[in-house]
Amino acid sequence: MKSTLRFAAVLTLSGSLFSSVACAADITGAGATFPYPLYAKWAEAYKTKTNIGMNYQSIGSGGGIKQITSKTVDFGASDKPLTREELNKEGLVQFPAVMGGVVPVVNVPGITAGQLKLTGTLLADIYLGKVSKWNDPAITALNPGVNLPDSAITVVRRSDGSGTTFIFTNYLSRVSEEWKTKVGENSAVNWPAGVGGKGNEGVANYVTRIKGAIGYVEYAYAKQNKIAHTALKNAAGSFVQPSDDSFKAAAANANWKAADGFYQILTNQAGKDSWPITGATFILMHKKADKPEQSTETLKFFDWAYSNGDKMADGMDYVPMPDSVKKVVRESWKQIADGSGKAVWK
Amino acid sequence: MNPSPSSPIQPTRTNLDPAFRLVTRGFAFLVLALLVAILGSLVDGAMPAIKHFGFSFLTSADWDPVAQKFGALVPIFGTLVTASIALAIGVPVSFGIAMFLTELCPAWLRRPLGVAIELLAGIPSIIYGMWGLFVFAPLFSEYVQPWVMDNLGGLPLVGLLFQGLPMGIGVFTAGLILGVMIIPFIASVMRDVFEVVPPMLKESAYGLGATTWEVMRNVVLPYTKTGVVGGIMLGLGRALGETMAVTFVIGNAYQLSPGLFNPSNSIASSLANEFAEAEGELYLSSLIELGLILFFITFVVLACSKLLLLRLKANEGKES
Repeated sequence: MKSTLRFAAVLTLSGSLFSSVACAADITGAGATFPYPLYAKWAEAYKTKTNIGMNYQSIGSGGGIKQITSKTVDFGASDKPLTREELNKEGLVQFPAVMGGVVPVVNVPGITAGQLKLTGTLLADIYLGKVSKWNDPAITALNPGVNLPDSAITVVRRSDGSGTTFIFTNYLSRVSEEWKTKVGENSAVNWPAGVGGKGNEGVANYVTRIKGAIGYVEYAYAKQNKIAHTALKNAAGSFVQPSDDSFKAAAANANWKAADGFYQILTNQAGKDSWPITGATFILMHKKADKPEQSTETLKFFDWAYSNGDKMADGMDYVPMPDSVKKVVRESWKQIADGSGKAVWK
Repeated sequence: MNPSPSSPIQPTRTNLDPAFRLVTRGFAFLVLALLVAILGSLVDGAMPAIKHFGFSFLTSADWDPVAQKFGALVPIFGTLVTASIALAIGVPVSFGIAMFLTELCPAWLRRPLGVAIELLAGIPSIIYGMWGLFVFAPLFSEYVQPWVMDNLGGLPLVGLLFQGLPMGIGVFTAGLILGVMIIPFIASVMRDVFEVVPPMLKESAYGLGATTWEVMRNVVLPYTKTGVVGGIMLGLGRALGETMAVTFVIGNAYQLSPGLFNPSNSIASSLANEFAEAEGELYLSSLIELGLILFFITFVVLACSKLLLLRLKANEGKES
């Protein structure tokens, strides 16, 4: 479904490129692939309303950071937040746009969605290759009454660099000391085991094809492809199911501060309802605007998206930012100024 | 080609001749310039990795973006192994197809079969990849792999090739898909060159009582060896550089193992997977160095085929 959206979005974006040469310049952005379907949908709706297009290239978070630092686009987008030092070095401001959840998915005959319970350390051990059978005592102890077969676990993960991988490995590093020292966290890591699929589609596919497979995908993909997800034990010690509510619970517990560029990785958050593998995706802009009018237009777009885009986000299984966070973010936009130091956002 | 001296267009044509020569020469040199430019930018881009890792880049099996430690051994190994499997499958089948089409096929079937093979060459590679992942891999893992592993996995030495998990994806599947992909290329080149063998040569051989195989082996192949080697090299070139189809079915894992059913990685597939999100200079330049290595491998393959042809030529006319 996302690919259809993507295709439609490409059509609209390319259409808008040609049609709007005469009016105000389109907003340009580049970066993360994870929020792309939503940004494209927002852009489409915004274009109908204001006649200003938003041309977003989903080239990946790394590419987005490169593009914004070289000032070829009005905004960059990244799933991996930059730290305050990194932001200050490049003179960038950062704010979250939308959130999403990553869920472990399994293909074990007889296991239905949400039936299997896992803990973070167990998930790390499976991905380290230490737990390699479905009927390993570590798994059966957590799942009394569930009939687990004596078959091998095939670990499936992303082969391409990805923000989803960053969120997932960040979670594993927080819950498992061994994962942290042996593998670490990044948008691509040195996987100790398993096979790699390209994109969320690739992982979803491998998991559905291979019996005994475990993988991780964005929640939307698990839902749309009807793959069995697992329950996870969160930091508060309770087992939770992935849902919009448990993602929101994770975000609500975080302490969003503009001073840190909203640096926040929502994995392993406190709170008994929090889904432990949640993450936000971020927008990057220059603090000192070379083209103030373009920066204003970009902020207008995100202001509109904050106010009117929540429904679209919900419909596509993204999680909108809480209102309290939106307020702080809007406040933080005042630090973006033109050459004379005048704020571009009032 | 025999213009009469009184032709009115002749003066114009003569005037344009040098210009035409200049333009065509320009096009030809453009290719050379592009080649040098690409090589130059690859070397330039790969410099940080070359300086940092040196020769160990070729011998290390590490690929760790977190620790920024990179080595090309797994992708090089995967590229060469999958291409070899592809050739081992593709060449005999293509030879059979071409031989059937030129020597054994009834005339009415020749055209439809030939067109079918050419159409096969026009299918985008991603379709082959999807077919491999959706159709071939499930069947292979369900019916073939378990049997092969049970019956051949226990053998000494050879058994090592058939160990791993029966997932349907891995080095062997990638090689097989590549083999299917290059069959139309090799087969159509072989058929074309087999067709230009003068009928008189073949008929003389048949007249002397040679079988079809003997005619193929002793008359057609020696006459067409340049074309045949060229066709195989065309297929090999495609197999080495194929990206999407391989990415779908190779498993994309940086693991070095002799098992043909284990996941591995190829150079082209690593590049396709990781280029977009590669952060940091060293990561990016390591990927570019991978590209440079692929360039080099292709160059060596081409050079070897040229050498082979030269040696074949030198032996021509000698008693074999």
